[in-house]
Order: sequence, then structure tokens, then C-alpha cells
Amino acid sequence: MTGFIARRLVSVVFVLWAMTVLVFLIVHVLPGSVAHMILGEYATNEAIAALEQRLGLNDPLYLQYWHWFSGLLRGDFGNSLTMDRPAGPLIMDALGKSAILAGVSIVLVAIIGIALGIHSATHVGSWADRGLTLMQYFFIAVPEFFWCILVILFFAVWLGWLPATGYTPLADGGVLGWAKHLVLPVGTLVLGLIAHVSRLVRSSMLEAIESRYVLAARAKGLPEWVVLRRHALPNALLPAITVLAVDVGILIGGIVVVESVFAYPGLGRMLIYAIDNQDLPLMMGGMMVITAIYAIANLVADILYAVLNPRIRVSGSAG
Amino acid sequence: MKEGFTQRIPRTLVLGGIIVGSICILAALGPWIVPFEPDAFAIRERLLAPSAAHWFGTDEFGRDVFSRVLAGAHHSLLMGFGATAISLVIGVPLGLIAAFRRGWTEEAIMRGVDLMISIPPVLLGLLILAVSDPSLFKTMLAVGLVYVPIMTRVARAVALGLLAEDFVEAARARGEGGFHILAREILPNAWPPLIVETALRITFAILLGSALSFLGLGPQPPDSEWGLMIAESRPFIGEAPWIGLAPGLCLCLLLVSVNVVGEGLRDLLDPRLRGRGHG
Repeated sequence: MTGFIARRLVSVVFVLWAMTVLVFLIVHVLPGSVAHMILGEYATNEAIAALEQRLGLNDPLYLQYWHWFSGLLRGDFGNSLTMDRPAGPLIMDALGKSAILAGVSIVLVAIIGIALGIHSATHVGSWADRGLTLMQYFFIAVPEFFWCILVILFFAVWLGWLPATGYTPLADGGVLGWAKHLVLPVGTLVLGLIAHVSRLVRSSMLEAIESRYVLAARAKGLPEWVVLRRHALPNALLPAITVLAVDVGILIGGIVVVESVFAYPGLGRMLIYAIDNQDLPLMMGGMMVITAIYAIANLVADILYAVLNPRIRVSGSAG
Repeated sequence: MKEGFTQRIPRTLVLGGIIVGSICILAALGPWIVPFEPDAFAIRERLLAPSAAHWFGTDEFGRDVFSRVLAGAHHSLLMGFGATAISLVIGVPLGLIAAFRRGWTEEAIMRGVDLMISIPPVLLGLLILAVSDPSLFKTMLAVGLVYVPIMTRVARAVALGLLAEDFVEAARARGEGGFHILAREILPNAWPPLIVETALRITFAILLGSALSFLGLGPQPPDSEWGLMIAESRPFIGEAPWIGLAPGLCLCLLLVSVNVVGEGLRDLLDPRLRGRGHG
């Protein structure tokens, strides 16, 4: 088990390092002068030269990389070009805001998704079960960004119940003001994921219910809810955990879109801002932080799976 | 055999195919059949609601939304089919080579694939598009690259299975070279699972491509890519919701029908299902 975790940790570290190389290369090797892009079309040659000097763009690439990489290791993301402030605190602040969105969404998805999945597996053919199948199509067919527009149109423009965009800190708006700004973004984020998770739980739950150990548990005369909770559910949730990491990937993509539409000041919106304004340190830092979170989420899912699955546990400690 | 094959074509596949086909035809004919010039401003006809003259209304510049949706249809199709084609062309050879060569070649290819998969798809797309001027082709390329690892994995898994077959052994015994075995023995037999994967991928490629366009990293104004149109409609969402709803609903229709075709093809071609049919 320790060996397994150690191996996975090493691979996470490797992925993150490789990502620093990839991000750096793509940003610095692709054609196009950074200084030119920052200063715009009508910049004088002197201004471009001065900016290139200031950004260290005349140094050899490996030196620039080392400068950036060693900074990252120290937790220094460099200076934001457009805001002229250290990028690190900006990124961390945005990360905190995104974490609220992501945290609330994951909790909701886990609770509602699993509950719906179990319900439709135990009530095959019911209206709820059929509704879930339809929801799956909806999830595939309606792009997240279009769903955002529909939600804004309906709840903010027509009904006027909720604010369309923005964010209110807890301190300013109180719990209600804070929550009001979260309802639409979170609602948009969780819908597709709930459809995904509940479909998955439904099919693995069905498989478990048809298994022999459930038959044996029923034959023992156990009450139905004990059979479902003690025997079927733990086995049915196991495959769901592996897909959790995939869902975190979908969630990250969703957050980028949702934050942009709802003008929510999180990491995704910051990343799009950085790209639009060619703020390279902010952009590179944001990408590294998102990759790191994704890698950690994958790691946690793997470890959870190993901890919960006796078969992997055995082979892991043997190998 | 032939009859049994046509009988098993599900009705949803036919219906989805017809819709996808008509969208393709409309997109191809788009520039010639638009009732209005898609980019022509008409200041007196700003933000008109849908009517007999303007089926989907007009936008903030008085441009006919129906004409723009029609003229922009080819973008989504190109992004879906083009990007998937790119991921096929790059991913499949890599997967076949990885399966055939084994050793460090396979190790290098598959570790690269692992690395790409450890980046969330949208982020990988953003990374590729971040520092160059956006255009339809670049978005297509970025989406294609995002899905290369999946194609590589599928192709490798399929090829590993086929390499153990007798007909490959026979080709080896005849003294055929590696290229011949991969191109003439493995590839023709690897198509069914690859087509299924491709068909299912197209939906995601259209989704990702239009999301990137929506974020401003695709075709640029005055182009009428659907994601871009939806993004541009945001300031007018209250007074003229049709500007965004029209391309959005068309996108939904396209996504559903492409997905139905993909799932229909899977039911038709999936080797496991076919094996069950033979009993």
C-alpha cells in the first residue's frame, strides 16, 4: 500500500514537472513576440526592446525557464504584467473563490447523484428512472455555456429572482447575499455532473443487486434496506470513485466557462482574463495551479479506490 | 448476411443520420441560400423579433440571425469532424506503433499519452490556443490534439488484441515488413472499434470547440460561429433573447443528432454485441 502511494506520488511530481516544461515551451516557443502582443500593434521598437529587457526575454530560454521554475518552487509566480502585482496572491485569492464553487458543487453532486442513482436502480422503469435517462441526453446535448445563458434568461431576466452575474463576499452581503450569487453558477455546474454520477451509480447498483451475494443476503431474510445499504451499495460505489477524477476534469472545464459567463472572480475567469490580455505569469501560474489540483484529485481518487478495494490493496502491497 | 445487417440498423440511427445529413447539406449550401447577407448591417432593423421576413429575428446591428446561423453552421461541423479527423490521423498511427514495437517506443508514446491525459481537456485546449491569434483552424487543431491520447489508447488496445491473431502470424511467416502488417493486416480489422470511438468523440469535439469559441478562442467577429454568436448575444439577452437562443438551439439539435448517430453506430458495430448476435 505504501509502495503504491509512493509510486503514485512520484508520478504526480513527474506530471507537474513535465507540465512546467510544456507550459513554458508552448508560451515561449510559439511564434509571436510577447512584448509585441502586450504593447500592441503600434509599439515603437525601443519600447519593445525595453519591455523585453525588463521581462528577461533576451536571456537564453533555459535560463528563463530556470528563473520561472525556481520561483514556482519557492511559491513565487512572478509579477502579473497587467496588474503590476505579484501573481501568487492574485491566483490564490481566485483559487479560494473557485474552491467555494467547486466544493459546494462536489458535495451536491455526491449527495444528489448517488441518491438519484440508488433510487432509479431500485425503481427501474419509474418516472424518476426515465427522467434520469432523459437528463443524460440533456447533459450531452446542451453545452454548459448555453445552459448558463438559458438559466440567466429564465431566473435573472424573466423572473428576476437572482442576480445574473458577480460575487458578494460573505462579510459584505451576509450569508444570503453570498449564497444568492452562488445559486446560478452552482446550479449550472452540478446539473450535468449529477446526470453523469447518477447514471453510473444506477448501472453499478443494478449490477450489484443482481449479484449472488445480494441474493444470499436476501435469502438470509435480511430486511431490504440492510441488503441495499450493507451489501449492494458499498460495491456499487467503488466504480463510481474511479469516475470521480473524470468528473473533476469536467468540473474544471465547467468552472472556466461558468465563471466567465457569471463574471464570478475565480481561477477560471482569471485564466481567461490572463489569456485575453497576454498576462503570461498569471496565465502560466493559473495553468500550473489547475493542473496541480487535477493531479491531486486523481491521486486522491486512486488512493481511495485502493483503500476501499481489497483486491487492489493486496496486489499493491505484494508488488 | 447483408440482409441481417440492414435489418439491425436502428431507427434512431436513421433519424439521427438524416438530421446530421441535412445540417451538413444546409451548412454546405449556406452561403448560396441565405435570405440576407449574413454580415450586412441594417441599422433601421436592429433587434427585431422573429417574423416572417426574419425567421430568427435580427441582432444589434440589424443582421439577420437566421442567415448568420446558416452561414456559421459549417464551423461547428468542421470543428467536430475536422478535429476528430486530426485526432485519428495522429492518434491511430501512434497507438498502432506502440502496440507493434513494444519496448521503449511503446513506453515513450504511452507515457506521453498519460501526461496529456493528466491535463484537464479544456485547459489543454486553452494552453494550445493561449498565445497565438485565434482562428477556426487553430481551434480545430487544439480540439484534435486534446483527443489524440484517447485515440492512441483505443488504437493500441485494439492492435494488441489483433497482433495475437493467426493472420498476423501468417503475415510474419510470409516475411512481411512491419509497415505492411500494420497498414494491411491490423488497420483494416481495427476499424469497427475505431469508428465507434470516433463517432462518440465528435459530439465532445463539437462541444469543446464551441465552448472555446464561446470563450473567444475560436473564429473571431464578424464570423458567425454558433458559440461566438451566443457569447456576443449576452448584452442583449433581456431585450432580444433570440440572438443567442437561435444558434444555441441549433447547436443542441446538432449535438443530439450526432450523439444519436454515434450511439447507433456503437450498437451496430460493437464487436461484443456482434459476437452475441452470432450466438
